[in-house]
Amino acid sequence: MIHSYTRREVLLGGASLPIAMLASPSSLAATRTLARTGIERLVSSCGIEAWFVQDSTVPLITMEFAFTGGATQDPEQKPGVSQMVAGLLKEGSAGLDFKTFHDRLDHRAIDLHFHSTHDHFRGSLRTLEDNADEAFDLLRMALTSPRFDAADVDRIRATVLARLRHDSTDPSSLAHCKFLEVAFSDHPYARPAGGSLESVPKIAIADLKGYVRRVLAKDTLKLAVVGDVRPEVLCKLLDKTFGSLPTESEAVPVPEVVAAKPPQRVFIPLDVPQTVVTFGGPAVRRREPDFMAAYVVNHILGGAGLTSRLFREVREKRGLAYSVRENLVWLDHSAMFLGNSGTCADRAEETVEEIEKQVRHIAEEGPTQQELDDAKSYLKGSQMLALNTSSKLARTLLQQQLDKLPIDYFEKHNAVVDGVTLADAKRAARRLWGDGLLTIIVGRSPKDAAQPTTMPSATTPPPGALQLDAAPTAPPN
Amino acid sequence: MRNLISVTAKAGGTAANTSGSTTLTAPAVEHRMDDSTDLYLPEEESVFADRVRSDRPASFTLQNGLQVLAIPDHRTPVVTQMIWYKVGSADEPPGKSGLAHFLEHLMFKGTSKHPADAFSKAVLRAGGTQNAFTGLDYTSYFQHVPREHLGKMMEFEADRMTGLILKDEDVLCERDVVLEEFNMSIANNPRARLAEQMTAALYLNHPYGRPIIGWRHEIEKLTREDALTFYKRFYAPNNAILIVAGDVAPKEVRSMVTETFGGIPTQASIPLERLRPQEPTPAAPRTVTLADARVEQPALHRYYLVPSARTAAAGEGPVLAVLEQLMGGGVNSYLYRSLVVEKQLAVTAGASYHSAALDPSLFAIFALPKPGVTLSQIERAIDEVTADIAGNPASTEDLDRVKTRLIAQVTYVQDNQEMLARWYGRGLTTGLSVDDIRSWADRIRAVGAQQVHEAAPKWLDKKRSVTGSLIKESTPKHGEKL
Repeated sequence: MIHSYTRREVLLGGASLPIAMLASPSSLAATRTLARTGIERLVSSCGIEAWFVQDSTVPLITMEFAFTGGATQDPEQKPGVSQMVAGLLKEGSAGLDFKTFHDRLDHRAIDLHFHSTHDHFRGSLRTLEDNADEAFDLLRMALTSPRFDAADVDRIRATVLARLRHDSTDPSSLAHCKFLEVAFSDHPYARPAGGSLESVPKIAIADLKGYVRRVLAKDTLKLAVVGDVRPEVLCKLLDKTFGSLPTESEAVPVPEVVAAKPPQRVFIPLDVPQTVVTFGGPAVRRREPDFMAAYVVNHILGGAGLTSRLFREVREKRGLAYSVRENLVWLDHSAMFLGNSGTCADRAEETVEEIEKQVRHIAEEGPTQQELDDAKSYLKGSQMLALNTSSKLARTLLQQQLDKLPIDYFEKHNAVVDGVTLADAKRAARRLWGDGLLTIIVGRSPKDAAQPTTMPSATTPPPGALQLDAAPTAPPN
Repeated sequence: MRNLISVTAKAGGTAANTSGSTTLTAPAVEHRMDDSTDLYLPEEESVFADRVRSDRPASFTLQNGLQVLAIPDHRTPVVTQMIWYKVGSADEPPGKSGLAHFLEHLMFKGTSKHPADAFSKAVLRAGGTQNAFTGLDYTSYFQHVPREHLGKMMEFEADRMTGLILKDEDVLCERDVVLEEFNMSIANNPRARLAEQMTAALYLNHPYGRPIIGWRHEIEKLTREDALTFYKRFYAPNNAILIVAGDVAPKEVRSMVTETFGGIPTQASIPLERLRPQEPTPAAPRTVTLADARVEQPALHRYYLVPSARTAAAGEGPVLAVLEQLMGGGVNSYLYRSLVVEKQLAVTAGASYHSAALDPSLFAIFALPKPGVTLSQIERAIDEVTADIAGNPASTEDLDRVKTRLIAQVTYVQDNQEMLARWYGRGLTTGLSVDDIRSWADRIRAVGAQQVHEAAPKWLDKKRSVTGSLIKESTPKHGEKL
């Protein structure tokens, strides 16, 4: 899945840390509050690099880390491998079977989680400071000697399949999967990152081991740590934990891709009371100069809060939907905007039309100066909110590394936001929405339609999606 | 099982983020009337200089009855303001289910002083976030903003405690929004529908049996007058708790609160005790079967009627929390061990106890069968697990493991000011005191194997239960209005 929520949080991470006061380790120990602390780049003797904030307000350590290559590194015919690996790393390592491994985590209240996104294999570790040695040692075992015993693989496979069975009739899941298929056709991003009912049964232990061998390596590892630990102690823990990983990954190169050109519309019939609408299109890459302008106009059209244009027009004025949002999603090899809404079947057409109208309007006219000023004010003010827990701060610091931002990005963020002019915003709006939308609609057919209402089921292939008139004003059929 | 206790958010798409995390909720030994008007304000220098939030939050009550809690966290210049009204779906008049939640939505429609979106725009311009949620026993509104905006937020929040203005067209439009929320969270989701039906079957007499979001046919008929009557009856300083967590000194909070909320008059009709019709002694197990064409993964759920933190006898709240973890917390829990690992009947299994409730609450168990396994096989296996725990005391090792995790959660929650504010807010609006909440870890520590051994047969008694089956309906009914 694409974690646009995390990404949003992370972008906003920022300038509140007074980096000017970035202090030496000795004075850090004295100040003890995050607000007066800085970010350090630590490099261990094994060459493991981490962005680190020392904070002893709460006696815990939080670490977030990522290896490049998530679901894109799944074998082509076997989507879901990375997801299975994420589910299995805690299920037995080296001499510890899964029960013992979990027992050791539980006895010290250590939180250890893995998950896979399209581009990254990610993990997080949280421990009370007193239990750091045990926590990092268990992580080392999980990463370097996972067992993948057959019984455990089957046990985790069963949970993955249960979720996929559930998702097979869930309108939001169906819409999301179809959107990626339409947007990315034969690119790895089009494949279901969590696997499919066809692929998951075929995944063999060798696939899992192969994935670990190819992807979990030092050269693409990024780390962020926040917590109550001295830098020299942390360096030793990092060496022990990650030092024995292979030096270089063998990830398959992933081609760059531009999402399909709108407009296109797909209707998937499903007998549900609420019709789900997913819409999106190609967007601006993170490294492009127009990225921030695009981020700002996206916020104005469909961003957080209760005042976006879509929220106002679709929800507040017309009562068409409870939820209507749009996010920018940036990937390592592409970028898109992606929105969602849900509405009752007999108002689906009106809802889609209203969304399209708003999109057309902002593409043609751009935002107003007032909207731009408000949005910039929001983006600057919200930076601090992404930093007020150890976990959020660590996630932010990790995302900045994945986005290839400098360690002092916090200082620069506000200037980047301020630099967006009305002309920039208008240009970005035209670029994002000038072609219209890729729209996926999942729900009941209007009563007069000749479409049979079909139910997807686990035993048959996913519902045959019907490609309809691509004109953006065509009603969902 | 989020449905029952969990909440519905004002802004779309983030309901999961605002739902209550039940495992972090602190139950109490017994109900105590607490937090009198005595001002408790520790000296900042001595108390808050280090490890701030392991100390008691400052608490005081204004003359008009508004209870205030200040939880300092000086790591980042950010504050969270949460106002909790001691009114939830269980306080709605019969026939008006969903009214508390509907009013929650309407609270964003503006006041005589501020037009509809002024508050929301002020939050956004500050870079903040806001939302609201409704539970069985409470309705809560919050903003999370850079600290310099706290005063303004307080002013807005105080203003809408009594100044709400509702226009007919806004009310009707928002009712459609709520109906879409209902469609999204319940009608589109057979699991949530089963939870709704099971809860209704569990409570024979208590209003907890009504869904928080309401029954659809009653939501459809809610009016502006319903909302305003409910608002005037329940929204008052002496029916509210204001929690301010973050980078602000308690003394400063006190002067700001006095200035903004101090002038709002007390509402004399707020009763001292919140009395609802209570459950009779349960006499017969109930079963609910929900068949839906969309079900591709069947499930078995069971709810037991058990004491909440407030209604539990001394020590029993923490015992039930420990029992929840022993039964269903992770791969070493009894349910997982038996159903998933040993008998290989289920894909996964778990348990949850909802302690934060004014009146008797529920203990829930669930399991997802593997393909080819029947729900009656699953049910038999669950019954064996509950019989076994009644027959054999928990091992010291198991007990230590789950207690460690429960106690550590108290430290982990210290890392998050929003979570802390929620933790206190949920506890205080469901009849606990600050001391009850703060002593949670100690009371978990005190739980012994014998207590768990005695609690299991007493509360996990089938007569107290509803068993729910989620199964696939063989022939879909086209066009049926759900």
